[in-house]
Amino acid sequence: MNDEFAPQISIEPERYELFEASKYNFDLDRRDFIKTFGLGILFIVPLSRTLAQQRGQEESGRARGNNNVPNDVGGWIHIDEDGAVTVLTGKVEFGQNARTSLTQAVADELHVPMSLVHLIMGDTDLVPFDMGTFGSLTTPMMAPQLRKAAAAAREILIAMAAQQLKVQPADLQIVDARFVNHDKSKTLTFAEVAKGQKLVKVIPENIAIAKARDWTTAGRPATKVNASEFVTGRHRYTSDLKREGMLYGKIVRPAAFNSTLVSVDTKAAEVIPGVKTVVDGDFIGIAAPSPETASKAVDAITVHWKSPGQPSNAELFDLLRKTTEQRGRGSRAQGSIADGLNVADKKLSETYTVAYIAHAPLEPRAAVAEWNGDKLTVWTGTQRPFGVRGELAEAFHIPEDKVRVIVPDTGSGYGGKHSGECAIEAARLARGANKPVKLVWTRAEEFTWAYFRPAGVIDVKSGVKTDGTITAWEFHNYNSGSSGIQIKYDIPNTDIQFHQSNSPLRQGSYRGLAATANHFARESHIDELAHAVNMDPLQFRQKNIKDERLRDVLQVATKGFGWGKAKAVKDRGFGLSCGFEKGGYVATCAEVAIDRSGKGDPIVRIVRVVEAFECGAIVNPLHLKNQIEGAIVQSIGGALFESIKFQNGNILNPHFAQYRVPRFSDTPSIEVVLVDRKDLPSAGAGETPIVGLAPAVANAIFNATGTRIRSLPLAPNGISTATFSTPSGHQASAGGTSTL
Amino acid sequence: MARVTALNINGKKTEVDVDSTVSLLSVLRDSLDLTGTKYGCGEGQCGACTVLLDGQPTRSCVTQVGRAAGKQITTIEGLEKDGKLTPLQEAFIKADAMQCAYCTSGMLMAASALLAKTPRPNRDQIVEGMNRNICRCGVYQRIVEAIQLASGQQVATLGPQASPPARSHIQDLDGNREGEDACASSTTKL
Repeated sequence: MNDEFAPQISIEPERYELFEASKYNFDLDRRDFIKTFGLGILFIVPLSRTLAQQRGQEESGRARGNNNVPNDVGGWIHIDEDGAVTVLTGKVEFGQNARTSLTQAVADELHVPMSLVHLIMGDTDLVPFDMGTFGSLTTPMMAPQLRKAAAAAREILIAMAAQQLKVQPADLQIVDARFVNHDKSKTLTFAEVAKGQKLVKVIPENIAIAKARDWTTAGRPATKVNASEFVTGRHRYTSDLKREGMLYGKIVRPAAFNSTLVSVDTKAAEVIPGVKTVVDGDFIGIAAPSPETASKAVDAITVHWKSPGQPSNAELFDLLRKTTEQRGRGSRAQGSIADGLNVADKKLSETYTVAYIAHAPLEPRAAVAEWNGDKLTVWTGTQRPFGVRGELAEAFHIPEDKVRVIVPDTGSGYGGKHSGECAIEAARLARGANKPVKLVWTRAEEFTWAYFRPAGVIDVKSGVKTDGTITAWEFHNYNSGSSGIQIKYDIPNTDIQFHQSNSPLRQGSYRGLAATANHFARESHIDELAHAVNMDPLQFRQKNIKDERLRDVLQVATKGFGWGKAKAVKDRGFGLSCGFEKGGYVATCAEVAIDRSGKGDPIVRIVRVVEAFECGAIVNPLHLKNQIEGAIVQSIGGALFESIKFQNGNILNPHFAQYRVPRFSDTPSIEVVLVDRKDLPSAGAGETPIVGLAPAVANAIFNATGTRIRSLPLAPNGISTATFSTPSGHQASAGGTSTL
Repeated sequence: MARVTALNINGKKTEVDVDSTVSLLSVLRDSLDLTGTKYGCGEGQCGACTVLLDGQPTRSCVTQVGRAAGKQITTIEGLEKDGKLTPLQEAFIKADAMQCAYCTSGMLMAASALLAKTPRPNRDQIVEGMNRNICRCGVYQRIVEAIQLASGQQVATLGPQASPPARSHIQDLDGNREGEDACASSTTKL
């Protein structure tokens, strides 16, 4: 993460990632490894030295480097007696296709075909510790570690093969998973080298790995490695697992958030055959032989809750301002805003808001828990297997080595599955029932009892000269977060702050975190500034951006889009945005059409999107493109219509019938242009491509209609009802920009 | 209450013993361990549970098993024949029409029904036929392409197209960029 701004930020960018302290203790016991993996050779990349030093300094054991990213990325590679290559990593597969890209990395360094490499992911009893799969860190951090392990493994295996074949190591090459000498007179298989071995090799930190230009397997398109498992329905997600004697769990949920239990009567449920009820504090749950019986049992329980009065959408943005800290965090002011405004010809001050939205992963939270004596095993779809192991250990007052968390490839998360609540609930029911229990949250539970992308209020004050030079930039984000808050515009006077508020709803990580909110506010405001000085939005950006990588994606996206070739007409407009985050650079062009054919308010249709993305050297262009397309589609929801409605501790729209997510008919024509920079390290790409669409669409709506909408979602029920409450009496709806 | 004792699933008579009001989804998944059919919402809104009843795409989560008795039930497990993937399944892989793939079973069933009715659907027909199925990862464009591919239509956009950057991506040892001239000159210089 070569983010030059990172050191300025005094809190971690992943503020909402909700880390638990890890008590993991790396213990190199050879007998344990052999017991686990059988004979063969195990190559280990130890936790980095930086981390070891931090562990000494930080009591909490939280491993964070100077760049605020986790440093502890261990990866192991095992070659068994059959010559099979098994990679062990704490990363998990949630649809970003890390299983494929990490396979590519290992195959690349080991000089073997991808089909020979198998990954074991996210099983805490088998894989080395990992902080979790988030923050777009798998590609920039885990892939190089596994490459090191594979590169070292290759050299060590070649040396061992050379010894067996009585040739010089330099005389051997790996061809089709065989060691072959120069005239092919001597060959040896991986299996023959690994036969009977009981070796554990620790890889030195400084081993050289292949440069992107020299990649043979990576850098090329590869389809999902286990795709046939999914198109046949064979893959077992957590919610598909079955254990011997397993019961089905169900939780009795409180009447509202922050409720306390007044009374509960479970007698009528307990008489149902096979039903086990568990009441433990405010936890009320059922385990039953079938899901239907579990539902019946829940209905038979009489329960009274006491719920406090709680806020609603109507007062949300005022509340976020009222409960916020005065002096924000996250930035060093530069120059003087007052000076910058004094020399400006035009000054703007606007407020932008974003709603809470839900991740709504299609596989809701699920867990299967099983106790064997005092050892707990839980299968669950979490982005933090080791973190959830810690949560389980804490919840049941048992040591972490008595807990095993296994994460099957999961039905997505988008930052929404960091926490272990479902795992804990299933484990509590399993302990009560003394049998394995599966718990799958209902859609309504997932919408209600998970956490949301933070809502936020953003104030921007700025000044610009008539020649288009931006002179002042004051930016305050209340509650959304600090991701993507920094700018690549060259402005002499800046003050950029993030203020944490008391959120009335449980909020947490989300794909891109606050970068979507911050890009929406910034890129909308930049468009307003361009309009204020009658400049083309592209030229205005080019005038104020020096950063070459950002200029490149702007150039590529606008060229692909044909920016400037078509002029806006009534109800048809074009919008642009650009930005950077987590090592990736993005520029997005959108075309919208306003559809007035219906009876209700005019509908916004996104007709066409062109997005350029650059994240260093491309690992897998096929999956990169897929990620970007998916991010664009997902962001349509948050841009146009997704919004959580809440009142008095209840979610009012916890169903897909009420909470609209993008569908086939919402999907525009999407063109993705990849910029491959083989001279730069690969950054992750699961998140940043999501940030560009909302501002590009807002700008296109303004271009088409003259209406400036400063609130996400932009048009939940069509365009003219897109009014919204803004704090402090601002009326931030239609009609250009207001001047100071 | 009435019991259902037999179902015809993927061409085979399968014995069960379930209450007729239980959802078909639950019977498939929990009683018969046919877990390729997914729970996504339980409300017939997302399509992850789509199966075919006598060839008609049906939301198994809101269909009582009693209504499926006597009909031909086809699930994702019934698409493959003799271990061979159908052209549609192959096309989903080739078009990379999945990310987390939790929606994939339902998408394949809905697409199978669409192709049975409309062998060469255009984009609008695909959107109309598939619009009740949600893919939260947003791979709709690729699913459209996969269906076109499976129906023998040309898909021009298939395959990644990495474009060279506006400027050359090569950085020489001095840190100077090569190929500056590759950039269009419309830029307003500061």
